[in-house]
Amino acid sequence: MSTFSKEHNDYLKKEKIYKIKVHLTQILVIIGLFITWQILANKNIINTFLYSSPKLIIETIISLFKQNILFSHILITLYEVLLSFIIASSIAFIVSTMLWWNKFLSKVFAPFLTVINSLPKVALGPLIIIWAGANMNSIIIMSLLISVFITIINLYESFISTNKNYIILLKSLGATKKDIFQKVIIKSNTSNIISALKINLSMNFIGVVMGELLVSKKGLGYLIMYASSIFNINLIITAIIILGLLSVFLYSIFSYIEKNYFKK
Amino acid sequence: MKKILLEINNLKKNYHNKKNEIEAIDNLNFSVYENEILAIVGPSGCGKSTLLSILSNQDKPSSGKIIKNKELSIGYMLQSDSLFPWLTVKENALLPMEIKKQKTEENIKNVMNLFKKYGLQDFISMYPNNLSGGMRQRVALIRTLSFNPNLLLLDEPYSALDYQTRLALSNDLYNIIKQEGKTAILITHDIAEAISLADRVIVLSKRPCTVKNIYDIKLENKTNPIDNRKDPKFYYYYDLIWRDLDVHI
Ligand SMILES: Nc1ncnc2c1ncn2[C@@H]1O[C@H](COP(=O)(O)OP(=O)(O)O)[C@@H](O)[C@H]1O
Ligand SMILES: [Mg+2]
Repeated sequence: MSTFSKEHNDYLKKEKIYKIKVHLTQILVIIGLFITWQILANKNIINTFLYSSPKLIIETIISLFKQNILFSHILITLYEVLLSFIIASSIAFIVSTMLWWNKFLSKVFAPFLTVINSLPKVALGPLIIIWAGANMNSIIIMSLLISVFITIINLYESFISTNKNYIILLKSLGATKKDIFQKVIIKSNTSNIISALKINLSMNFIGVVMGELLVSKKGLGYLIMYASSIFNINLIITAIIILGLLSVFLYSIFSYIEKNYFKK
Repeated sequence: MKKILLEINNLKKNYHNKKNEIEAIDNLNFSVYENEILAIVGPSGCGKSTLLSILSNQDKPSSGKIIKNKELSIGYMLQSDSLFPWLTVKENALLPMEIKKQKTEENIKNVMNLFKKYGLQDFISMYPNNLSGGMRQRVALIRTLSFNPNLLLLDEPYSALDYQTRLALSNDLYNIIKQEGKTAILITHDIAEAISLADRVIVLSKRPCTVKNIYDIKLENKTNPIDNRKDPKFYYYYDLIWRDLDVHI
């Protein structure tokens, strides 16, 4: 198995070089954008007061770091995202399992789910704040509302689209519903479950930042809100970039787990 | 004397949906003898799969009786091999025992013997996606036999495969059934396959199906399915069944 022909080794090498080329180009594009931005700022073609510049952003990060508040904001946001991710995933998993288990339940609740899912949840923001208070609870609830319904729908849809023949086979062996769920539904849907959870995570991210924009006293969303109230564009853009990095970070953890534990 | 394993009496099955009622089986009567291969042919959509799903207790008949003269343990095999891609060949074959909670040393040893006997022992730790269609069906057959059932229900098991593979597998299937002393009901749309493999062939009518004819296949020199096709009487039966099926295009 390990001794390939020269032709095959050449092919593998070519594929590898191609992949490296793609990554290098991606990095170059980002660096190019930042350099262009900086040059435009240096030549006063864009107004750094309104559009900031890479240099100012780096300075802002350093000053946040020196004031010792950079990580506390990042950690708060991260904590809220992960907490709501865990709660939303658990709820979605339990509910979608119940809907799969009981056809009557799914008939009754499927239309509700579709309607609630298409409702713009931000509209509920003020109500949530009144009910749950202007604190972290509101942020978590917001994040849950945004993520949980779509995740229930995604999980349920993948459960019911399972290959019918697998189920017929198990039934012919006298399998119970529990057998079918454990041995077929879950196993044949690992990649669907993972992509549903990925979407869940992005939704949690959106929900948490939205919640922070509305109520919080800490976190990256709060930082953006605060910065805009004092018209500090540098700080706004810095916070946005950190948010982007954070989501890349979370996403790559996910991809890492997926690649190393679920690939056959 | 031939012992009757199973009797089907006045079996009827209707399916219901919002728009209409579909009569799938109407007044079906026949017996299955112990250790025979019984082929069932009939127009597509006439109710053959429905019959097997009733025999395997996945569906209830609308009326009629199925008399079992012996405790039946049923192995059911479908056209698609339905091997689980996330399990190895061996794990797939052991799945029925796991579900039936019969995963004993002895049963596992039996399955390993089957793998050896049918030339698959080198593949047991591979995943099904790395096997050819023919090999996958062999694995599916071993999985079907794994818990030692006495009645095999085979629903067009090889119809998705190419002709060459199908011929080779029908020889295999025949040998396995006869060597292991099983009784089998084989549904097929291939008249030649039915005659060359089976001891008896039942021809069903169009939907709702009922028995049109039953043939005792008495070839001059019955050997194995491939050679049976060269038997002088092969085409005699072929012609009769072809006429029964009355195919119009
Ligand atoms: N679960 C079901 N619900 C409703 N109609 C069905 C169902 N299963 C089969 N049928 C109908 O019953 C008839 C016989 O189907 P089937 O037994 O699969 O035919 P065959 O296997 O002979 O091709 C078909 O008309 C089919 O549409
Ligand atoms: Mg069928």
